Amino acid sequence: MKKLLNTLYITTLDAYLSLDGETVMVQKEGETIGRVPLHNLENIVTFGYTGASPALMGACADRNIGLCFMTRHGRFLARVVGMSKGNVVLRKMQYAISEEEKACFTIARNCIFGKIYNSKWILERAARDYPMRLDVDKLKGASEQLSRYLNIIRGKEEAIPCEDLEQLRGFEGKSATVYFSVVDDLILQQKDAFFFKDRNKRPPLDNVNALLSFFYTLLSHDVASALEAVGFDAYIGFLHRDRPGRVSLALDMMEELRSVLVDRFVISLINKKQVTDTDFMKKENGAILLTDEARKKALNAWQSRKQEMITHPFLSEKIPWGLVPYVQAMLLARYIRGDLEEYPPFLWK
Amino acid sequence: MKEYNEEDFLSISGIQHFIFCRRQWALIHIEQQWDENVRTVEGEHLHKRAHDESIKESRGDLIVSRGISVFSRTLGMRGVCDIVEFRKDKNGISLFGREGLFIPVPVEYKRGHPKEHDADILQLVAQCMCLEEMLACTIEKAYLYYDEMKRRQEVLLSEEHRQKIRKISLEMHELYERRYTPKVKMGKGCKACSLENLCMPKLCGKLSAVSYIEGRVKD
Ligand code: SF4
Repeated sequence: MKKLLNTLYITTLDAYLSLDGETVMVQKEGETIGRVPLHNLENIVTFGYTGASPALMGACADRNIGLCFMTRHGRFLARVVGMSKGNVVLRKMQYAISEEEKACFTIARNCIFGKIYNSKWILERAARDYPMRLDVDKLKGASEQLSRYLNIIRGKEEAIPCEDLEQLRGFEGKSATVYFSVVDDLILQQKDAFFFKDRNKRPPLDNVNALLSFFYTLLSHDVASALEAVGFDAYIGFLHRDRPGRVSLALDMMEELRSVLVDRFVISLINKKQVTDTDFMKKENGAILLTDEARKKALNAWQSRKQEMITHPFLSEKIPWGLVPYVQAMLLARYIRGDLEEYPPFLWK
Repeated sequence: MKEYNEEDFLSISGIQHFIFCRRQWALIHIEQQWDENVRTVEGEHLHKRAHDESIKESRGDLIVSRGISVFSRTLGMRGVCDIVEFRKDKNGISLFGREGLFIPVPVEYKRGHPKEHDADILQLVAQCMCLEEMLACTIEKAYLYYDEMKRRQEVLLSEEHRQKIRKISLEMHELYERRYTPKVKMGKGCKACSLENLCMPKLCGKLSAVSYIEGRVKD
């Protein structure tokens, strides 16, 4: 299996990145504060506002290293995409599918299946791990409802059809409501600082939403890079219709990954008290942001989480979870090229 | 005889992939996926050296020409010859702007040492067939040079070789026209295959996405 390489996070705000031979040079006020060889890198995510040299952008594009610019608070600004590396055949098929409702549905349904399945198993796991602390009946109830939606979208309940994207979106929305209605229960520590009422993002209005938004953005960059490395156009989706500047295909694939990769991670940061209330600040408009220090801490934890090994449920192969987006992108490509009868989403348990 | 258009020419360097595994060839040449590993990078360096001077050097009865591009319309293939020696010979052919008659002798540089399979030989044969077509002549022998042995190995071109190349090129074109990537056939080659990550050879039908998903509906 492909190796998981490092992601370089630049959190120094006035750092400038440039290329020096085969290394990224990080400079601040004219002084070099770090050098990292390119061949160790898979991604560079910078929160700095001084930017990067065109030479570095070219080198990243050339070597398939994702380069992504964020604001200091983790809002996405831009991603460097180089000349696309071939695989015209795959792209043409992707475009053709995106024009065809039925073919879109077949893929989107499996992404949503993954999404519901994974959120269900987060609830099941919590009920098993903390039976003394949680309202197990409530969680089980939610889980059963999610099971029902899984059946429906697989066409197992004849009376309730789910045969097109609109119906699918409906069931996706319903299951998200069920799932998010109990997410707050999973927070077992620091309850007065960390609570979850609903998902709000523009801007996030509480600590939990601030964390979720931050890591969803990072994940979408990872997924978009993985898709492009395989040869897809990350901007053309099947469930998410294209809209200028939106990485729709990455968002499709994130459906199945959000809860297992981000939600669980964020909840464990809180439960293990790796973040605390002092890590957040409130702006005049009510927006909640991570402090610079907290961002560093959270990124470190995220990076070590990426190294943790899991067994890929479909391939039964041990991989670091940081490679999950890449493997899923490969599987999607192999499905589209006819090697698999369906797209196998990442089903965590 | 069928002739191919230039834009449909396939790369001679793909013959080795095609012989190794048709799927590998399709992944590289149709899907344009390529997992660069150390081996291929080294290979490129070697070729760069051989192609370095594309100027012709003339030493009396020998003209050495490096990195000439060759193609064949009947095979629908193109490639680059590392070295072609034109040896003065009274049974040879005339070359524009040169005095005397010459026999072309291609020499191809390879990494390592002679292989058990005949991919290197066939690739060389394909280059010779291109040259034959471009020079309107017949080539009887050529050489493979292996860097580990530092020695040339003579290759005599037989009709059997030529038949094989014709067959391979037909098959390649047929797959290429359909943009079809053959399904996985797991073999011992998979272990040594630089495309394993892209190919995912486990997907050879043993894994069913449907039963994977359906199995989970019941969870
Ligand atoms: S992994 Fe095996 S089947 Fe796949 S391309 Fe390589 S040799 Fe062929």
